[in-house]
Amino acid sequence: MLDGLYQEIILDHYKNPHGRGLRDPFDGEAHHVNPTCGDEITVRVSADLADISYDGLGCSISQASASVLYELLAGKDAVAASEIHHAFVELMQSRGQVEPDEEVLGDGIAFAGVAKFPARVKCALLPWMAFKDAAARAGVDVGASPEVKA
Amino acid sequence: MSFDVERVRKDFPIFQREVNGHPLVYLDSANTSQKPVQVLDVMRAHQERYNGNVSRSVHTLGTESTEAYEGARARIATFIGAASPDEVVFTKNSTEAINLAAYSLGQMLRLGPGDEVVISEMEHHSNLVPWQLLCERTGATLRWFGITDEGRLDESNLDALITERTKIVSLVHMSNVLGTVNDVSRISARSRAVGALLMLDCSQSVPHLPLAVGSLGADLIAFTGHKMLGPTGIGVLWGRFDLLSQMPPFLAGGSMIETVTMGGTTFAAPPARFEAGTPPITEAIGLGAAVDYLTGLGMEAIHQHEQDITRYALDALSSVPDVRIFGPATIEGRGGTVSFGVDGVHPHDVGQILDALGVEVRVGHHCARPVCSRFSVPAMTRASFYLYTTTAEIDALARGLDQVRKVFG
Repeated sequence: MLDGLYQEIILDHYKNPHGRGLRDPFDGEAHHVNPTCGDEITVRVSADLADISYDGLGCSISQASASVLYELLAGKDAVAASEIHHAFVELMQSRGQVEPDEEVLGDGIAFAGVAKFPARVKCALLPWMAFKDAAARAGVDVGASPEVKA
Repeated sequence: MSFDVERVRKDFPIFQREVNGHPLVYLDSANTSQKPVQVLDVMRAHQERYNGNVSRSVHTLGTESTEAYEGARARIATFIGAASPDEVVFTKNSTEAINLAAYSLGQMLRLGPGDEVVISEMEHHSNLVPWQLLCERTGATLRWFGITDEGRLDESNLDALITERTKIVSLVHMSNVLGTVNDVSRISARSRAVGALLMLDCSQSVPHLPLAVGSLGADLIAFTGHKMLGPTGIGVLWGRFDLLSQMPPFLAGGSMIETVTMGGTTFAAPPARFEAGTPPITEAIGLGAAVDYLTGLGMEAIHQHEQDITRYALDALSSVPDVRIFGPATIEGRGGTVSFGVDGVHPHDVGQILDALGVEVRVGHHCARPVCSRFSVPAMTRASFYLYTTTAEIDALARGLDQVRKVFG
């Protein structure tokens, strides 16, 4: 059953994160914590989404998710970023009932298994929620995401 | 002394179940304990045959319910060596007991600027946040003991920390993270010398150690039922009766009054003064049954068993590569709660892989974030033991950690 959670792709992103480290310049920043486990992430976003930088402390799921977010969203325009953001959040809320679209989510499809572990969904979403706040502060609207349930 | 752990386990129905295809290995008793059939049966029988509200009915059911409720209070009083059942106040849990004490003592002492409250860095949030709020409300100053590298309370500045300005000292008796059992004799003596009240959070000690409030040197203690084989929703505030009788009420309403007019109210004597509203009756009776069960086995025998298991666990964990234990490395002055880290693997991932093998441990900051900060980690993995824990379960934990290292190696 763990194979569904700890996909090789997730472990790869965890061990070799892409785009990690906080960089300047940026237009919006957000710091999110998961109060139940203490995981933390800071995300910085430039107004044109040319760069998304982040740093954090946390489990393999939250940290790999940040790496995948960077891969998928950095350099995209707001419309494309919104579409991907929406698809990822929807996948995580699906309890494993949604078939992810690799065209949209790339390595993000590896998180389909995480959706079956309710206690870990918040780990996967942590960087995405921080990104959304940071983007809003940078003046980028990534749109309404599906309701996030605890 | 022979302690038959296999016979004990037969009393706990939950050990018949599997988790993720493996026999349940429950190593999270510091979080909540499992319940023996003796407790479950008493609670069910009460609901089925004796249910009535307490302390207010003349009818038979109400009388029987009251007798069972007060009988539980008396047995719990005996269990902790209280001078009288009237020193045992039922609350919802330890958290409520500490909030009650913080609110009521703050009023009673007219706490204000210049006064100090002393706690420690080792506290569970439940013995930290209520005192922070009390200090914010009153202008008093919160101060605290630190933790040594070995995971002991740092008493090196005892005389500077507890002074004539100190009005309340509230400390954890046994750490829910480090397993440290604090010898509070010096702190108790110092508190007494400066005229400060001493409260102990005994949530982790009352379930596991033979304990008598008379020799603890404390004025108040708090503990909770669900960590000692009882149900959730029931906890205890114990206090010296002469202190309780001076303390003003916390929650107000039915049952806690003496006389009520539209112009004002006088209050009942303790413990009723602090038990506003219909209490958790079945839960209190369940806790009484839990105390009977523990007494039947003997707290000394239970403690000895846990010491044996803890020694075995400390040895087993020390022999797993990349594992670092937080807290005392030997069983002297510690109980059966062992927190650790696995190098390069976040506790959530450790806990997830162990769960896949049926091994249930707690991960995170354990509601004691300052303790994690003290050891410069965001979170820890914690295995905690009880009277039903076996060496085979410790072996399963060690095997699970090998698996963790394999996945993240």
